[in-house]
Amino acid sequence: MVIVLTESGELAVPEAEVSGDALWLPAREAEAATGWVAKAEGLCKAEVCVPLPAGREHELVRGSRVNVAALWRRLGQPVVCSESGHVWVLGSSAQHRAAALHSLEAPDFTLPDASGRLHSLSDYRGKKVFLVTWASW
Amino acid sequence: MWQALYEELAGRSFMVIAVAMDSREGDALPWIEAAKPTYLTLIDREHRLAELYGVVNVPQAVWIDEGGRIVRPAEAAGAYEGFRKMNRATRELPEDAARLTAQAKTTYVSALRDWVLRGAESAHAFAADQARAHLPVLTEDVATAQAMFRLGQFLMRHGEREEGDRWLQEASRRHPDSWCIWRQRAGVTELGLAALPDFWGRVDALGDKRYYAPVDMPGMP
Repeated sequence: MVIVLTESGELAVPEAEVSGDALWLPAREAEAATGWVAKAEGLCKAEVCVPLPAGREHELVRGSRVNVAALWRRLGQPVVCSESGHVWVLGSSAQHRAAALHSLEAPDFTLPDASGRLHSLSDYRGKKVFLVTWASW
Repeated sequence: MWQALYEELAGRSFMVIAVAMDSREGDALPWIEAAKPTYLTLIDREHRLAELYGVVNVPQAVWIDEGGRIVRPAEAAGAYEGFRKMNRATRELPEDAARLTAQAKTTYVSALRDWVLRGAESAHAFAADQARAHLPVLTEDVATAQAMFRLGQFLMRHGEREEGDRWLQEASRRHPDSWCIWRQRAGVTELGLAALPDFWGRVDALGDKRYYAPVDMPGMP
């Protein structure tokens, strides 16, 4: 069992295959976890397609499986995994984060209150928001 | 700290969202129960705000206007270096540090009030190019640190405490400016409390470097 942590949350993938620094997910789970899909043009997400490297397509796509770790490295995004290979984090690059902030659109988020109820920043569109961090430490 | 201002400005289309950067279950709760704020208090176990907004410490704040636009990116929210001059035995502040600490607080609260009342007309609301100039500098080390922090947190929550702590340690090494990451890790090894001797050691090691980066606001020490 492999757990993949991404921007969209945590996904358990029973049929994942880990081999060295490769993380092979069935196409459906690859899309669910990352939004990326294998097409004729290469690996695509929304309007963006990344062509598969000529002669080395099999490093990224084999049949209906996608090596999301290799895809992430190709995209310049951080990939880390636990020593057991059972937990993987597909992170966002500094470039991606910086581009989002450069737009000055406040990134939305959803977090729980003390009773576990979820709230999103976008719930407060139409109000000025003072977003302030604190901690028990 | 923000409750009084929040009540004062009630009815002005203004919300305070206070987010606890607390990864361990239950750490934030006693504080919330004691303070009983009427504004929104959320818990950010995975430090999502750090990932999205480049938050590195508490208290740091982001000002967001009615259209969801960042008006002031993450900055120290009325906090000041003064605590570094604290007498560590008595926890007393020398007079000048106490004065500057109070000045930082009132300056920040006044600026925030001014913005809530005057919106884009406020001198404290950054125009787009100014806001961009004040965005945090994000490096690939920081991005990798965030991924490692997330992995470490997951492993800690699922019983892999030793490996989890190693990832938190590596995350801190890659993102040394983040007190959020460091303080979270320090808590792990000290049975629930951030190790105070370690904390002062790390603060002292800053030397002349600021604990809270300077805030671009008139009157701010």
